[in-house]
Amino acid sequence: MSNEATTPKPVELVNVQIDGVWHQFPKGTRIIEACSQAGKFIPRYCYHPKLSSPGNCRMCMVELGMPKMTPDRKPELGPDGKPLHNWIPRPQISCAQDVSEGLGVRTASPMVEEARKGVLEFLLINHPLDCPICDQAGECRLQEFSYDYGQAKTRFLEEKVKKPKRVEIGPRITLDDERCILCTRCIRFMREVAKDDVIGIVERGSYNSIACHPDRKLDSNYSLNTVDLCPVGALTSTDFRFKMRVWFLKETKSICTSCATGCNTVIGARENIVYRQTPRENNDVNQAWMCDYGRLNFHALHSPERLLSPVVNGKEQPDWKAALASAAAALKAFAPEQIAVITSGKMTNEELFLAAQLAKTLGVSKHDIVPHADAGDDILLSTDRNPNTAGAKLLGLSASTPGANLPAIAEGVRNGAIKALVVLGEDATEAGLTAADLAKLTVLVTTAILPNATTAAASHLLPSAGFAEKRGSMINKNGRLQRLNRAIQSPGLARDDWEILVGLIEAVTDSSLGFAAIEDVVKAMTAATPALAGLSLSKIGDLGVQLEPISAR
Amino acid sequence: MPAPARRIPHPREKRVVFANVDREGYTPDIACYLRHGGYEDLKKAVTMAPADIVNEVKASALRGRGGAGFPCGVKWGFIRPGETKPVYLICNADESEPGTFKDRYIIHQDPHQLIEGMIISAFALNVHLAYLYIRGEFPLGAKILEKAIAEAKANGFLGKNILGTGFDLEIYVHRGAGAYICGEETGLIESLEGKRAYPRIKPPYFPAVLGLYQCPTIVNNVETLCHVKHIVRMGGAEFAKIGTPNNTGTRIVGVSGDVVRPGYFEIEVGSMTLGELINDLCGGVKPGRKLKAIIPGGSSAKVFRADERFTIKVKGADGALVEKEIGVLDIPMDFDTMAACGSMAGSGGVIVMDDSRDMVECLNNLNHFYAHESCGQCTPCREGSLWMKKITDRMLAGGGVESDPATLASVSNNIAGKTICAFGEACSWPVMSFVAKFPEEFAARAKKQVPPPTPPEFLSEALTGGGH
Amino acid sequence: MQIPPELTAQIDEAISHYPVSKRSASLPLLHLFQEHFGYISEEAIRWIAEKLELQPIAILELVTFYPMFRRKPPGKIHIRVCKTLSCALAGAEQLKADLCKATGIPCDGHGGCHGGHGDPVTVSPDGKFSIESVECLASCGSGPVLMINDDFHEAVTAEEIPQLLSQYK
Repeated sequence: MSNEATTPKPVELVNVQIDGVWHQFPKGTRIIEACSQAGKFIPRYCYHPKLSSPGNCRMCMVELGMPKMTPDRKPELGPDGKPLHNWIPRPQISCAQDVSEGLGVRTASPMVEEARKGVLEFLLINHPLDCPICDQAGECRLQEFSYDYGQAKTRFLEEKVKKPKRVEIGPRITLDDERCILCTRCIRFMREVAKDDVIGIVERGSYNSIACHPDRKLDSNYSLNTVDLCPVGALTSTDFRFKMRVWFLKETKSICTSCATGCNTVIGARENIVYRQTPRENNDVNQAWMCDYGRLNFHALHSPERLLSPVVNGKEQPDWKAALASAAAALKAFAPEQIAVITSGKMTNEELFLAAQLAKTLGVSKHDIVPHADAGDDILLSTDRNPNTAGAKLLGLSASTPGANLPAIAEGVRNGAIKALVVLGEDATEAGLTAADLAKLTVLVTTAILPNATTAAASHLLPSAGFAEKRGSMINKNGRLQRLNRAIQSPGLARDDWEILVGLIEAVTDSSLGFAAIEDVVKAMTAATPALAGLSLSKIGDLGVQLEPISAR
Repeated sequence: MPAPARRIPHPREKRVVFANVDREGYTPDIACYLRHGGYEDLKKAVTMAPADIVNEVKASALRGRGGAGFPCGVKWGFIRPGETKPVYLICNADESEPGTFKDRYIIHQDPHQLIEGMIISAFALNVHLAYLYIRGEFPLGAKILEKAIAEAKANGFLGKNILGTGFDLEIYVHRGAGAYICGEETGLIESLEGKRAYPRIKPPYFPAVLGLYQCPTIVNNVETLCHVKHIVRMGGAEFAKIGTPNNTGTRIVGVSGDVVRPGYFEIEVGSMTLGELINDLCGGVKPGRKLKAIIPGGSSAKVFRADERFTIKVKGADGALVEKEIGVLDIPMDFDTMAACGSMAGSGGVIVMDDSRDMVECLNNLNHFYAHESCGQCTPCREGSLWMKKITDRMLAGGGVESDPATLASVSNNIAGKTICAFGEACSWPVMSFVAKFPEEFAARAKKQVPPPTPPEFLSEALTGGGH
Repeated sequence: MQIPPELTAQIDEAISHYPVSKRSASLPLLHLFQEHFGYISEEAIRWIAEKLELQPIAILELVTFYPMFRRKPPGKIHIRVCKTLSCALAGAEQLKADLCKATGIPCDGHGGCHGGHGDPVTVSPDGKFSIESVECLASCGSGPVLMINDDFHEAVTAEEIPQLLSQYK
């Protein structure tokens, strides 16, 4: 390859006048995006930057002016030396055209305002106006733009068109066709992103309605993205419907921990209850989408089965210090080769770093993570259901092939060589051990949020925090370091995992690590891990940091 | 099915495209066509360079006969020379503009003329696959065309190596299924792709660039494609001598409604006035009635009121433009003057209404049509067309309110110019013009002075069981 | 649903007309099914979708969009009466009322006898006739116009109705 081909071409800039002010934008910028960048937000319903532009809602109309040309086809310049414009006499949509040299845009002229008012009135005449019982209220674009372009009184004296309501269009989605404004975002998403062309429009004209064929439901693992995309209350999440008004939700930026992709999310919570999880745009990870499986996994956090108190030898021990001291004492009774540690690819880097410290403190050399694999797809869902396999490898807790050390650990338990087992955030019965094997152990220390075969057999059960209850970092399958944030507090006496691990190490060593906050753990971890040198939770930021690929190091 | 009565052409007609329509003893088979000089123009065309045929069409100044009147040569010129993607030609035979009825006569009586026009056009544009999109309600027409295509193929005018030139072309007939919007060329293309006929946004989907299967595509009306054949025969310059400058050739106009002798006429563009057409060719309005209103170019064209006056610019004796005041019946039947008078020549469908007609009822009929035919893709048309229909429905049912005419005017104004395709204008122009030009009738309905209609069970007909 | 060999042959021929995209054969296949079975059944929608490798919704979208496609069987003799302006001026509404009377189809007295949006066809009690109000049939100069099955009939008068209907059995 020649040098020319490898040197990136400089982006060509074009001059565009928006509401009288000249700006420069890279060639290929949509007019609607250019206006946003210039601080002039254009209302829109059908347009979405990640989908094709059908131009059907007609809300984003602006006035466009083409540069005036002199007879010898040169731009005619005004007193400011900039081109004058021939304004197109009718408003034009701004969502389907890119900026061009010398283009003029008027985003708020009387013609534009009148056009938008007209469109908004049309959208509302057959709309049920049932905002008091609509879940979209508070994040509804119809409501929002009505505030800017709506009228207080209707001139529509006719009967509204009746359409299907409360349709179970899919197992997780409820459709109200009367609220639908036919923007087709859902159709385009299913066609262009989810590759499952299952929604369509039936009937014609004013009777047009979104529908699925009776044989096929909107049951894709990506179906709930259509709810996010729906600008009105037509498609609502059956899970979230009527649970909580959106304006009461406290929003926390985090990541999904259901697979190795690490989709960026917003957790919506109120008073220690998570009500929903929605995707957050990150073009390096998940565009603006997430799968339904990951999205709805938060329900486990609020299971009535949640483990709320430490348990030592079958008895609740609400005193954490006593519980940790007992566990440490029990472990110390064994020689290092009699102990094994099973950790989890679901743990944060910080937790894994501390788990490695614990193993080192105990002198343990037998450790691994439990691989979790299941069917993935070409969209977002990874076959690796551990969100932090890469972190576990980096911090030395995973075999190079995750789980490769587990058979040896299982064999050790079975033949009595291993007497004590630490299982962090996993169920050992998914790591090749049976309940009978576990019964042979003298000491079994485990952290968990929900009961399982391991917690049932544990000598020391230490209840820990769910993904939305803690802070920390993870590395996704592509080597991107991202951070979790705490949206809610853990229930009962359940404790953040890093604190449990620090407590356990301190009890084993009978000394203090001096970690007062998670930041202190991060500091120690990044100092000890060259790949993470110089990083901190705040430096990771909302969109994460791309680490050098392991192969390049 | 009874053969339709043959019409004797009116002496003031100039029949070119309709030369064989109504011809005594003329049959739609290829033998008859060949006896009357059929496919001679194709034989001439294949000896020409394709670019020269395009230039002849440009020189003819032929304007599309589908409704918009866009210059055909300019449209063809959008196909880049040396285009590497396949180019498609589509004949738009989805004739559905109310008041327009010409294609069926060509298709039923002289199908080979259309096929020959299509083959010549395909040759000029380097097209190897063409579709003939015919409206679904012409099942017989589709069969006739399929037979004509088979005949043309059997005679070496279609298929592989046409007339030994090495040029290949297949034409297939594709039937629509009752949707007016398929007459819009990008809606037609979507329909031909097997989808709902949702017109595409332009830009970027100009058919000549991104048409059928995202390839360059030319969509032409039946009458336009027939004219191509005659342009090749006469030469573009000779064709341009027919009619008036920028309004060249002949065109087929159809007159319907309240005239003594409704029907179709092929006339030289601009050779007569609207009044001559209605009074001389159609025998005027029915005895004892007075002319009230004329829709001059298909139902989407703005209506004229019989007593309207216009000021137009015409060339004076010294060649300079002078202003002249004319009445409705003085408007020449051409594209430009019709537009200057605030309406359009459109698809050539003239609908006449006499003084027995209620203008609110007439508009309501059209509102029903447009509300039914709106594809529903974009907001203003989808919501507005049904709203306007509901308003005139209510006015006719006796529920009119004072604000109705103003609401109709405002709603139509909020549709026109704000939609994806020209259907927005098509459904709003009748409303705008009816309300503006017959304010007294709309005001009367709006004041609830009109008693509600008699329920059907009380109509004398229902009570006596008698007919009409 | 039995698909006879001659229909299969027609279907394959229709698909061959669209070498670029099989989806283009959707409308032709719907026409073939409606001609053969009289209407588009749920089974037909599934069959066509499978044949053209489409989701069934892609076909349902078309059946509900294009007015010519019926989802219920019509009468043996199907009559389409144009109701658009030129035919209306020529007396289409009365003609339709007369046709309803002649065929025993109940008429609602407002020129309509249809069951509302999406179901415009009304069948006579004996199943012999059905009537549908349709928009412009493009024969405006010879209104009122109607189609009986595939045939156009122009400038139809009330007096002609009995003779007209007797041609069809």
